[in-house]
Amino acid sequence: MAKEMLKGNVAIAEAAVRAGLQAYFGYPITPQTELLEHLSKRMVELGRVFLQAESEVAAINMVYGAACTGVRVMTSSSSPGISLMQEGLSYIAGSDIPTVLIDVMRGGPGLGNILPSQGDYFQVTRSAGHGDYHPIVLAPASVQEAIDFTVLAFDLAEYYRHIVIVAADGQIGQMMEPAELPEMRPVNEKRPEWALTGAIDRDPNIITSIYLEGHEMEAYNLKVQAKLKEVKKSEARWVEHWTEDMDLLVVGYGTAGRIAYSAVEEARERGMKVGLLRPQTLWPFPEKRLSELTDEIEAVLVVEMNAGQMLEDVRLAVSGQIPVGFYGRMGGVVPMPDEILDAIDTHYKRLAIRLRDKERV
Amino acid sequence: MSTTVCVPNMEVVYERPIALADVHTHYCPGCTHGTAHRLLAEALDELHMQDRAILVASVGCSVFSYKYFNVDSCEAAHGRAPAMATGIKRVNPDNIVVTYQGDGDLASIGIAEAIHAATRGDNITIVFINNAIYGMTGGQMAPTSLPGQRTNSSPLGRDVRSAGYPMRVSELLSQLDGTAYIVRRSLHDAKNVRKAKKALLTALKVQEAGLGFSMVEMLSSCPTNWGMNPQEALQWVEDSMLPYYPIGDYKVIDAVRELM
Ligand SMILES: Cc1ncc(C[n+]2csc(CCOP(=O)(O)OP(=O)(O)O)c2C)c(N)n1
Ligand code: SF4
Repeated sequence: MAKEMLKGNVAIAEAAVRAGLQAYFGYPITPQTELLEHLSKRMVELGRVFLQAESEVAAINMVYGAACTGVRVMTSSSSPGISLMQEGLSYIAGSDIPTVLIDVMRGGPGLGNILPSQGDYFQVTRSAGHGDYHPIVLAPASVQEAIDFTVLAFDLAEYYRHIVIVAADGQIGQMMEPAELPEMRPVNEKRPEWALTGAIDRDPNIITSIYLEGHEMEAYNLKVQAKLKEVKKSEARWVEHWTEDMDLLVVGYGTAGRIAYSAVEEARERGMKVGLLRPQTLWPFPEKRLSELTDEIEAVLVVEMNAGQMLEDVRLAVSGQIPVGFYGRMGGVVPMPDEILDAIDTHYKRLAIRLRDKERV
Repeated sequence: MSTTVCVPNMEVVYERPIALADVHTHYCPGCTHGTAHRLLAEALDELHMQDRAILVASVGCSVFSYKYFNVDSCEAAHGRAPAMATGIKRVNPDNIVVTYQGDGDLASIGIAEAIHAATRGDNITIVFINNAIYGMTGGQMAPTSLPGQRTNSSPLGRDVRSAGYPMRVSELLSQLDGTAYIVRRSLHDAKNVRKAKKALLTALKVQEAGLGFSMVEMLSSCPTNWGMNPQEALQWVEDSMLPYYPIGDYKVIDAVRELM
């Protein structure tokens, strides 16, 4: 398929359709509304299910219901709506049901604004509802990645019977750039054996997240943890640039990672030995790779569009071995390449002084 | 454990419905949740829906109802059963989708989901158990608790000046155009139990015919949290609940009458 000019939100919606989406339930919220609008047209055109729910609370529970029947189903929202979906997400996670969720993140807290942000990092990687689990979280840095990750999200969700969140910041949702959509995949009409379809010639299937006995609930949790361990081992994704020979590593994802790329490129041109690690999965975080790289570098600079959320994962991976700096903008402010370059410059100079002092000792 | 004891030359007059699982329930003695379960199972049997039904259990004393029916089931979050049912029914229109909800679940935390499923005319059936109290959490005030009713969170009796008035859910939902069949029945005596069963049969037929949203509200007893013996509790349904919650057909669209 040829490349075409596509807006992020529309591209995600169309990618989901082509990945065989059978049902969508959602509630309008900027900056993701075009996604819902596109599906309101396309899903109906294709004879598939589209429903505008009365709230995000209802939307995620409709998704839960539909997902229990084993179809490909998804919802989308932006930060305040994701907050409302937390309850439903926890129930979905507690019953091993595959579900895809798109979060086009905006500035917060509170009603905040409709500008791009990465303020949901904690909300999607850590606290997506009560209980012990992490959803799989994919963070696209371009419209093309948004498309690819949406398709991937369905495959991962079904493979692991787990929640997969595509966490795109508002910039990715709103911008237009050339990208290539996948071929239309046929809808999978076959339902998995655990699905609720009516107990015809078999025992009833039951989907629940309640285990009253402590040891049963713990046994379930252990099963979830084993699954997540497998996810951690196999699904961490990231891209690297200029990491073969560097003193300072910049870590950033999504739009912040993309802007950091320009800044790092410029820093390289100015002779600084800087590299970039751009996580594509926020959970699992590419901690193993980062800790390997830690042995080869002198410092890390984290760049985010929040107050420093992934920063905590970077610190865990680096484990206190080298200094970790941070540059972030909040409230929907997108950093300019120059600002990041200045931050790189500052950290690089600090590093040079430290290295010189080390040599003197 | 076997369902029927076969004695030669004797007619079987009472059997466990196929749709009712052969297990002990956890309901208190004298609780009419059990009666409602039996009625729903009988109705599913009579309409040959056991292998097509999908039950959405809710949060309340009936939280384990998914164990008590021989049908595909799931367990919704508190109040969200109608949304879950909508999700199921939209992708599986050929299944018979039933939610089973208490009054705290439906009329309080889940009223938005219930109203919107009703107004959309979602082709689902709600079995609504109104016992005027939060049973599972130990007897707190429900949106349906009567004025002056003493509960563990209204120890001096429900004071309508502060707690507001009880909600008549059937009347409320019947105002919505998407609804096809909304009735209130009671489980306090044999005659009314039979009528409740008939209403369930109609509601399920409404869904099968694709006529829209159906709900059967059943006035139900909670002897444990009302602090009464089972007999007193049934009497309380009759004496105290019935006047506030009249039995009646609140919405029966013409197409439904043809099914009855
Ligand atoms: C989000 C949430 N809030 C509160 C509860 C606690 N809770 C469990 S059941 C219940 C009330 C149930 O009452 P009702 O629906 O009337 O059913 P009954 O037990 O009387 O049959 C409450 C408040 C919960 N499980 N989840
Ligand atoms: S607490 Fe009340 S509603 Fe719950 S099972 Fe016991 S009698 Fe029934």
